[in-house]
Amino acid sequence: MLSKIARIQLVSSDPEVYDPCDDSFALVDALLADRANLLAHRPSICMEIGCGSGYVITSLALLLGKEEFSSYYIATDTNPRAVRVTQETLEAHGCHAELVNTDIASGLEERLAGCVDVMVVNPPYVPTPEEEVGRDGIASAWAGGENGRRVIDRILPVADNLLSEKGWLYMVTLTANNPLELCLEMRKKGYASRIILQRSTEEESLHIIKFWRDLNTLMEASEYKTVDKTDGIDPESPSKYASCNIN
Amino acid sequence: MRLLTHNMLSSNIKGVANGFPLGIEVEKVIEEKVDLNADFLKNMLFKIEWNALVEASKTLGYSELPDNAESSMLDSDDFLQKFHHALLELHLEEGALVCPETGRKFPVSKGIPNMLLHEDEV
Repeated sequence: MLSKIARIQLVSSDPEVYDPCDDSFALVDALLADRANLLAHRPSICMEIGCGSGYVITSLALLLGKEEFSSYYIATDTNPRAVRVTQETLEAHGCHAELVNTDIASGLEERLAGCVDVMVVNPPYVPTPEEEVGRDGIASAWAGGENGRRVIDRILPVADNLLSEKGWLYMVTLTANNPLELCLEMRKKGYASRIILQRSTEEESLHIIKFWRDLNTLMEASEYKTVDKTDGIDPESPSKYASCNIN
Repeated sequence: MRLLTHNMLSSNIKGVANGFPLGIEVEKVIEEKVDLNADFLKNMLFKIEWNALVEASKTLGYSELPDNAESSMLDSDDFLQKFHHALLELHLEEGALVCPETGRKFPVSKGIPNMLLHEDEV
């Protein structure tokens, strides 16, 4: 019987690769909850940045599964052992995805620009000292520098470049990353957003954000630049961010 | 690594003006059948750089693709089969991708290309 998502028993592992944890499960739960929308969306190209153990990309491939269309799945990780582990996890589930060992999407950015319909990212979001960011090995899975934003801030412009007009981005964040600020920054680039899942564990509060391009947001963003700031977006009003219920 | 992925990769070395397409050095190619999906192929035809696919396919030992392609050919089962085969069923398992400007090699091992750059290339 085909699993809806990846099975932990079939996920491969390596001491230098991040095992699936609460954040991975939260992201997959969010994707599962959005499955009907994802299927209706008919993405041709789906991408994961930072595939780690392969739990998320495998789950995405399974939940979009053998329906009427098929998608091209591509995943990247800067850790060479992570891409190997992801390959093993995919194989164990009978799934296929293309894998590239690279930093974020380096090497893919020119040709894949404007092509990715669904992107999923569980970035290194933990606030750490700056020196810990980008080191080889397993720490690269979590080390996020100041406010845990160092790598997130590099990923978002890449996502903006790669996402198609109908592209959706799902990203895991912590409260410490200041999710509302991230939504505001993406709003300036014409993205609407919604926190589609929140989960608090003993250690951290996770927010899974979904971003999508929205014409109204884009128009507001251009108006905001020319109008007096007091007429602009009120960061104290959460309903402004929850208002884009296109789905 | 499928040729679809090869078609999406370009040299990321600093200063390189035209890093596409990457050359291919072959050590091991495998063929793996997957189901054909015509809608998927139709979508991909618009994104693919056709010449790069034809050349790469020949390098991997498959020369059946026509030199030019246009959307009307998608009505032909024969064309679909060939396009599908070249794009999705040929895998470069071992070898390298080569920057067309600098000659720098990006190794491909177990079907996974390594595009990580050295410090002086970033």
